Amino acid sequence: MPADATYTYDVLIVGAGGAGLRAAIEAANAGVTVGLICKSLLGKAHTVMAEGGMAAAMANNDDRDSWKVHFADTMRGGQYVNNWRMAELHAKEAPDRVRELEGWGAVFDRTADGRINQRNFGGHRYPRLAHVGDRTGLELIRTLQDHTVYLGVTVHMEHTVIELLLDGSGRAAGVLAYDREKGRFHVFNAKAVVLATGGVGRAFKVTSNSWEGTGDGHALAFRAGAELIDMEFIQFHPTGMVWPPSVKGILVTEGVRGEGGILKNSEGRRFMFDDIPDNYKPQTASDPEEGWRYVQGDKSARRPPELLTRDHVARCINREVKAGRGSPHGGVFLDIAWIKEKIAGSEEHIKRKLPSMYHQFKELADLDITKTPMEVGPTTHYIMGGIRVDADSQMSTIHGLFAAGECASGINGANRLGGNSLSDLIVFGKRAGEYAAQYARDNPQPRIDDGAVEHGIATSIEPFARGTAGENPYTLQQDLQDTMQSLVGIVRQESEMREAVDRIEGYKERLRRVGVSGGREYHSGWHTAIDLRNLLVVSEAIARSAIERKESRGGHFREDYPEKDPACATFNVSTRPGPGGAMQVSHVPLPPMPDHLKAVVEEQKS
Amino acid sequence: MATATFKIWRTHSSAPGDGTYQTFQTEVSEGMVVLDVVHSIQAQQAPDLAVRWNCKAGKCGSCSAEINGNPRLMCMTRMSQLNLSEPVTIEPMRTFPPIKDLVTDVSWNFRVKKGIKKFKPRQPDAPDGTWRMAQRDVDRVQEFRKCIECFLCQDVCHVLRDHNKHDEFIGPRFFVYAANLEMNPLDTEDRVDDLKDAHNIGYCNITKCCTKVCPEHIHITDNAIIPLKERVVSRHYDPVTRLLRMFK
Ligand SMILES: Cc1cc2nc3c(=O)[nH]c(=O)nc-3n(C[C@H](O)[C@H](O)[C@H](O)COP(=O)(O)OP(=O)(O)OC[C@H]3O[C@@H](n4cnc5c(N)ncnc54)[C@H](O)[C@@H]3O)c2cc1C
Ligand code: SF4
Ligand code: SF4
Ligand code: FES
Repeated sequence: MPADATYTYDVLIVGAGGAGLRAAIEAANAGVTVGLICKSLLGKAHTVMAEGGMAAAMANNDDRDSWKVHFADTMRGGQYVNNWRMAELHAKEAPDRVRELEGWGAVFDRTADGRINQRNFGGHRYPRLAHVGDRTGLELIRTLQDHTVYLGVTVHMEHTVIELLLDGSGRAAGVLAYDREKGRFHVFNAKAVVLATGGVGRAFKVTSNSWEGTGDGHALAFRAGAELIDMEFIQFHPTGMVWPPSVKGILVTEGVRGEGGILKNSEGRRFMFDDIPDNYKPQTASDPEEGWRYVQGDKSARRPPELLTRDHVARCINREVKAGRGSPHGGVFLDIAWIKEKIAGSEEHIKRKLPSMYHQFKELADLDITKTPMEVGPTTHYIMGGIRVDADSQMSTIHGLFAAGECASGINGANRLGGNSLSDLIVFGKRAGEYAAQYARDNPQPRIDDGAVEHGIATSIEPFARGTAGENPYTLQQDLQDTMQSLVGIVRQESEMREAVDRIEGYKERLRRVGVSGGREYHSGWHTAIDLRNLLVVSEAIARSAIERKESRGGHFREDYPEKDPACATFNVSTRPGPGGAMQVSHVPLPPMPDHLKAVVEEQKS
Repeated sequence: MATATFKIWRTHSSAPGDGTYQTFQTEVSEGMVVLDVVHSIQAQQAPDLAVRWNCKAGKCGSCSAEINGNPRLMCMTRMSQLNLSEPVTIEPMRTFPPIKDLVTDVSWNFRVKKGIKKFKPRQPDAPDGTWRMAQRDVDRVQEFRKCIECFLCQDVCHVLRDHNKHDEFIGPRFFVYAANLEMNPLDTEDRVDDLKDAHNIGYCNITKCCTKVCPEHIHITDNAIIPLKERVVSRHYDPVTRLLRMFK
């Protein structure tokens, strides 16, 4: 069966979150033709959900801040397996990328002297997150979206890319997609393709990610032969909602802790004070009083332990729950209401600082956060791993294929600091757009192989041939999520992960039996069947990479290797398809950091 | 656990009105929202049931529908707010052309936005290319920028719903958008004539239906539409300004 329609662009961007939109703007400004494809409507991508802010060392609130401090913070947070060049570019370019948003209509919260206000966040030494209340992602995506629509970019909404197409020489040549409304197939020819497809949270049962987070870009690139790195590094955000069941996993912003929220177990103990890692001791408050002064903006005070890195806080919560000191619904208590002891009018203050959180708990859990502690627990939030890219150009290991945002890897190392994603999107989204446009100008239109198109279409409609006699795609998806949650989650060990890999092999078999019935129009069951192919690739890459890293570092914690191993600080784990498509795992050595950057890291250690 | 009955609109084709209610019985547990029910029906009884959603937390504005006739976000409507002794009806937004089941064609909204003159900032205030604005000067605009583009306000506005003025009238969502631009302290563009002649703000007779359904509690009529109407009036109908304009 041939495709129903064909389009041709110089640069084709897959994904309309912050990274994809920023890439589209840059490519359009470079004067090439740009097509943009996204699974949902414009403005609904995952970026819209980001809350706390975007990190950029503008030094508006504390003039001690600079790119160097931001760089060192990012490397420390990532436990030094980050791509240092990306961390450097990010720290240097983020301020300009944030400022330019204001010229496109973004309206950030202000400082007393009228500049962009910046807030504290875990792992950032100084107040660094430009924000708009707790809806920064909405501000970012709307600003980029509204700027893009006037630039002549053609947007194909509610189209899902199902195959990345190469030309005979192995260069990216376009994609095959289907539209949800009618279920028709479309071929997009392009000289350069930018993947900006976001994360993989839906591989797990408890996640803050929307249905879109199925690792499509990761899997599309992998199947086409590209290399993925760092897939073992998943960020479990410490504070997701745990109750009621239907909202389990929905994020509670770190901003709650930034505004003074504290974590307590069922015995009322502030357990975070009991476990402060040595390398963070010099920067952590020694008692609750100092912690409170810090969140009030006292520059001589050090941060409370609730603001330690996410991986650490998540594990501490996990430990409390396992030790039987959890809250009634299997989490711990996050208390912001207590600040009434400290400030008059605390209820109004909380509502003003954390409007969405107030709203979210009030409407979904019937709980008033200005009066009662919340129950929270870890939720799968973000993947540090992804498509391996060149730091400067964001080109993957496939020519003409670029990647930016959460689906690309490198900047975050073993753990991402809060706020570094939104800034990553605009810094590297811009770079991807710029270099993709340049690549498109320098190279001819590649030729797509018709056979690959027909094969892609045939595979994707197979579930209809099996009809309702086939396996229910939702059941398979749930089984996979249960497996990943219980066997490759926050605390890992070899035997469990091997078990997960075995089960994934079985799921691949079951996927061949999945069936759906009805028409192709807006068919969620069919869509789930297509997603499953991607989810299985990323799940396998996560499990295999996690087996390979025999140590604990950042978001990757192993019970059988609970310590960090310096020998493992020298490589990234890479996965790529081997002959016959089987997944190959190997080590990619980290390039040595140049002396001037080493000096920056040392300088900031004190 | 309790069992409840749902009547969900299923389309037969994308022709307006071509559909029927299908009745489903399903278990409802504590804390569930309407979107959960739709998902469980999708997973167990009707895998091809079409519904739009993303965030499940009232942040993206994808899951708009009419629940027992009230325009609402499905992810923010708890079952405990509804009377479960009677069937709960779930229908798509009726102002927009149907695509399938609960999904409608809202693309008109994206086209309308392109017709509004874009943001045009003044020269930067500082040599580093930045501006200075006080928080109190941006509070007003930030209210408008909370909009999640759920289009529920467009769904209830009678100018669109009953009079089908889609070609002449941009609707409450885009008055909010225009107000956000007009009241941005940095903006230098002038949209007042467009509001009167191209966007027909005059058709709005301030029924406030839009404000009542806004899940972000934006004061659409009081804070956006009325001030914009005042700008139109003072330019076009105020005798002094009119006189001045005649001599310009
Ligand atoms: C609740 C929440 C709060 C957060 N808060 C913060 C914060 O405060 N600060 C911060 O820095 N980070 C935060 N993050 C992380 C951050 O929001 C994400 O990492 C980031 O938005 C990802 O952006 P992106 O552009 O890479 O992808 P996304 O925004 O996820 O967009 C992906 C795009 O790709 C499209 N797509 C995917 N697959 C396909 C396909 N097959 N075909 C076509 N299109 C496809 C999707 O439709 C979508 O348009 C938060 C995340 C969550 C979940
Ligand atoms: S107030 Fe105006 S815009 Fe709002 S619903 Fe009524 S007529 Fe429509
Ligand atoms: S103004 Fe309110 S009701 Fe209208 S689209 Fe925006 S959020 Fe929805
Ligand atoms: S799913 Fe995002 S608003 Fe309901």
